[in-house]
Amino acid sequence: MAGQGGFAFDLCKRNEFLEAKGAKHPGFTKTGTTIAGIIYKDGVVLGADTRSTAGTTVADKNCEKIHYIAPNIYCCGAGTAADTENVTGMVASQLELHRYATGTQSRVVTAMTLLKSHLFRYQGHVSAALVLGGVDFRGPHLFTVYPHGSTDSLPYCTMGSGSLNAMAVFEAGYKDDLTKEEAMELVARAIRSGVFNDLGSGSNVDLCVITKEGVEYKRNYELLQGKTYQRQFPQRFAAGSVPVVRERVYDIRRAVTVTEGEPMEMES
Amino acid sequence: MAAALPVRAQVPAAGAEVRQHATWSPYDDNGGTVVAVAGDDYCVVAASTRMSTGYSILTRDKTKILRLNPKCVVASAGMQADMETLHKMLHMHHVKYHFNHRKPMSCPATAQLLSNTLYYKRFFPYYTFNLCAGLDEEGRGAVYTYDAIGSYERVGYGCQGSGKELIQPVLDNQLKAASPLVLPQQQWLSSLPLGRPCSHQQTSPALTNLQQWLSSLPLEQAVDLVKGAFVSAGERDIYTGDDVEILVITKEGVRTDRLELKRD
Repeated sequence: MAGQGGFAFDLCKRNEFLEAKGAKHPGFTKTGTTIAGIIYKDGVVLGADTRSTAGTTVADKNCEKIHYIAPNIYCCGAGTAADTENVTGMVASQLELHRYATGTQSRVVTAMTLLKSHLFRYQGHVSAALVLGGVDFRGPHLFTVYPHGSTDSLPYCTMGSGSLNAMAVFEAGYKDDLTKEEAMELVARAIRSGVFNDLGSGSNVDLCVITKEGVEYKRNYELLQGKTYQRQFPQRFAAGSVPVVRERVYDIRRAVTVTEGEPMEMES
Repeated sequence: MAAALPVRAQVPAAGAEVRQHATWSPYDDNGGTVVAVAGDDYCVVAASTRMSTGYSILTRDKTKILRLNPKCVVASAGMQADMETLHKMLHMHHVKYHFNHRKPMSCPATAQLLSNTLYYKRFFPYYTFNLCAGLDEEGRGAVYTYDAIGSYERVGYGCQGSGKELIQPVLDNQLKAASPLVLPQQQWLSSLPLGRPCSHQQTSPALTNLQQWLSSLPLEQAVDLVKGAFVSAGERDIYTGDDVEILVITKEGVRTDRLELKRD
């Protein structure tokens, strides 16, 4: 089996049998998500919230959903967290090797084609819903990639459980040739509407601005809400609450020899 | 004679099972969390005000607490339509009781009424998870906790709804020793000194047990604990948020307090 590549399906029959017998399979972390992107005058702005959920509980309050693909390409992911992370990682690695082989900048369509062909092969079982954006020699590009492998090329797009909230903001506020500041504000507003109105999305706003000059990855561009209450009678544990069962003191001078040396030069 | 023996287990292909139930369900979970803590001479009742379905917020300001009288309230989480109907029924019975007896219904009586009302719908239950809370006839804090079909119990504190799994263990830790055998009971856990003689000789063992749970925690500390629990639940439970409505019931009456939670 080793060295073949791809997924191992050898336990599928067994699992199907166990499920018929009433066994419960483990769940997985879904990023019920708001992700969005737009093309503006001289680049692309991508945005994402930072909540990841497992059922109705929040698994991570500040996760990263804007993934690196290439120095000029980034990708927002919604769906099953493991799928979005691995699928973007695989494409990033393939593109890096391709750049070493050809010595040219990666193209956004190449990333898009690699993603869709992988997703189509797995017939939607790799549940990654992506917003792919980047700038190459042909200019800015923005794509959505669906879990079954279909793609759209659009000037503005949204994905995830908060996609309708975010799209409502885009439909109201999108214009061609926005400035960078206008584009960032519009994307942040779209993500914010997902954060506040969709229960699958929450916490903070991440942005990523890609131009032909370079990338500005703005992690936690907006921190929306802190704790609303400080305990007045917090639980305090007195020193000695936990008994010390055993104590060992190591003399590190015996294990480490200190040699004299020139002191490092410091700039004044 | 060839007996038909199953050679290998029959595994139905995924999605090939015979459909036996309609996909429509009369029930919906609108989320929300309710908490109540009884003290020596007070009762704190709190409920989050978010109402949701699936991944959507229906409203950020929906009270889940029915105030029957200054000494008894009912707080319900679960399905809003059933909660509304249940509260309407309880209110109606309370008004009738008032007419017939010329006094408001006591908290223990309301607790029994709620149980009966729930069990009446044993085979098509109200999809609600309730707490009945207030002051009993002696003026002590009282909390009753229920399942959806009317099984109930008097407790020192209770928690129901979507944030139950997050809050209940915190309340257990703060308001009750894990077991008096494992850990010595903390001094403020018992409203009465443990070795107290006299009138409690004739009370039932169940009631003596209860008095150990009744927290003699000062009121401000109980409110602080409830607020802290809701803020933490709001961080991790997607159905708990927006606001928490807090009722403090004492013999002087009902005081309401409100705390903002996160709105995301």
